[in-house]
Amino acid sequence: MREPNFILEQKHSDHAEAMEIRSTNMEKKELLTEIEMRAIDHEVSLVPYKKAAVIEALKIVQKQRRWISDASIDAIANYLEMSAAEVDSVATFYNLIFRKPVGKHVILLCDSISCYVMGYGKIYQALQRQLNIQFGQTTKDDLFTLLPNVCLGCCDHAPAMMIDEDLFEDVKEDQLEKILETYK
Amino acid sequence: MEQPLTKNIITGKTLSLKEYEQAGGYAALRKVLKNNAPQEVQQMVKDSGLKGRGGAGFSTGIKWSFVPMDEDARHPKYLICNADEMEPGTFKDRLLLEGNPHQLLEGMILAAYAIKADISYVFLRWAYRKAAEIMEKSISDAYAAGYLGKNILGTGWNLEMYLHTGVGRYICGEETALLNALEGKRATPRAKPPFPQVSGLYGKPTIVNNVETLCCLPHIINNGAAWFKSLSASEDSGTKLYGVSGKVKRPGVWELPLGTTMREIIEEYAGGMANGYRLKGVLPGGASTDFLTEQHLDIKMDYASVAAAGSRLGTGTMIIMDDATCPIGFVHNLQHFFAQESCGWCTPCREGLPWVEKILLGLEKGKGSTEDIELLQMHTQYLGPGNTYCALAPGAMEPLQSALKYFKDDFVEHIEKHKCPYEV
Repeated sequence: MREPNFILEQKHSDHAEAMEIRSTNMEKKELLTEIEMRAIDHEVSLVPYKKAAVIEALKIVQKQRRWISDASIDAIANYLEMSAAEVDSVATFYNLIFRKPVGKHVILLCDSISCYVMGYGKIYQALQRQLNIQFGQTTKDDLFTLLPNVCLGCCDHAPAMMIDEDLFEDVKEDQLEKILETYK
Repeated sequence: MEQPLTKNIITGKTLSLKEYEQAGGYAALRKVLKNNAPQEVQQMVKDSGLKGRGGAGFSTGIKWSFVPMDEDARHPKYLICNADEMEPGTFKDRLLLEGNPHQLLEGMILAAYAIKADISYVFLRWAYRKAAEIMEKSISDAYAAGYLGKNILGTGWNLEMYLHTGVGRYICGEETALLNALEGKRATPRAKPPFPQVSGLYGKPTIVNNVETLCCLPHIINNGAAWFKSLSASEDSGTKLYGVSGKVKRPGVWELPLGTTMREIIEEYAGGMANGYRLKGVLPGGASTDFLTEQHLDIKMDYASVAAAGSRLGTGTMIIMDDATCPIGFVHNLQHFFAQESCGWCTPCREGLPWVEKILLGLEKGKGSTEDIELLQMHTQYLGPGNTYCALAPGAMEPLQSALKYFKDDFVEHIEKHKCPYEV
């Protein structure tokens, strides 16, 4: 969800004024980096029109910055000649585009049916205990964000989870400490 | 027993281009490009009786036949591989993607040729990181070998191929939602007609086929329709990747004749139930299929037989519900999933599924009433087929309506005892 920010708080001011504030804001805010722009340009070259590359652009920026801030939304919108609302409508639709800051490592724990039957609940409880966070939260040291995820497609090795790009299958409660340790 | 799709797959290994060629790979493509017009390939596949392995089970050849093939057909035409495997309990395409990527690529190139496509995409879910790496390399190897790109095998036909990895959301597996996702939009399904065959990606003729479906194509071309039919143990053609997950001795996925019985798959291949557990229910083909029970174990796992028993073959990957798992908790988990994954376009789905989830949670916590059962029954009608643009809500209702039928006693017990009787 788009967090209340300076722009949104200006609801009652007139549109032109808000736009002016927005554009001044933009200049102050981060723009896309050279690396991001080059990667986005490549994606744009593969599609019939700029807008069609917006998901790729979000992926590219998130890869560099870990999450998509309001300023990143504005920068992408500007670059692809779209409205910020349009970019945000796409960004907020997909669960793996993060519109809030996430920790250094993102844990995706499968909560779908095969893992449910095989006891993902116990894994979740153990993770809550060890990290002191619940689904949707980030540890105080900014190291881990814990998120539920739909079926990871390895139901014959349930319960399953991913940490960043690494898949863990047949996860047992007593292995968690060791697994988490390797990401510290 | 022949297992054409998996015979060259060794667990944990990926067949390289060279190994695939040595095993007879890309021979079907060479044969077809030399001898057959695209329409002839369509006819071969139609004759083979191949049905889509993604869940819907529609004839692949007939699906293709709606693509405009005349001189003034609009280009570019697109061929898309749906590798967005996200149906809960489904893990069959992963094996094909990771184990034998060129079999899929050859299938895709054959399908693209059959509809005279110019551009093809592999739409792969984000979570399949290893498959993404493998597909990336395989596509580049296929380009280098002249199976992709300009003037393929000297025939003058061009085909580009790209890998697209998603950013989540189950609904991307719905073929028109997938098209919107590829176009950089919210993955909301589209109203049909027009069908993608006529107006698909960027409004151009498009075919979307499942991974397993596409992997069948080289074998059909090499060995013929009669052979493909002979692989099956039922009216349907070919083999099927069947999977079993849940509390069984050996969960896994196996390629077997289409129409192998549920009993054989669960008891022989999966080794039967784990010690101390009894089978209470089976979702035969993913989260959006109706429950079957012990009485159905001897049915053949083919499209018609599973339908006659009141369910669907779906993806062919079974989820077993054991007798220690609460059916209400089980169905609540499913409805939580569907409510969360609804794209929000159609009102019955957007509003109905969270309601269903809430009712089930109340029942599970012992706070339900008999009225709740009626409410759930009502939802199975209002969210059933014909009220929404896509099959997400009707699919969600399948396990619910059959749970109300087969596990009614459990619902009643939760209401009467004011608690979940499965809680230890």
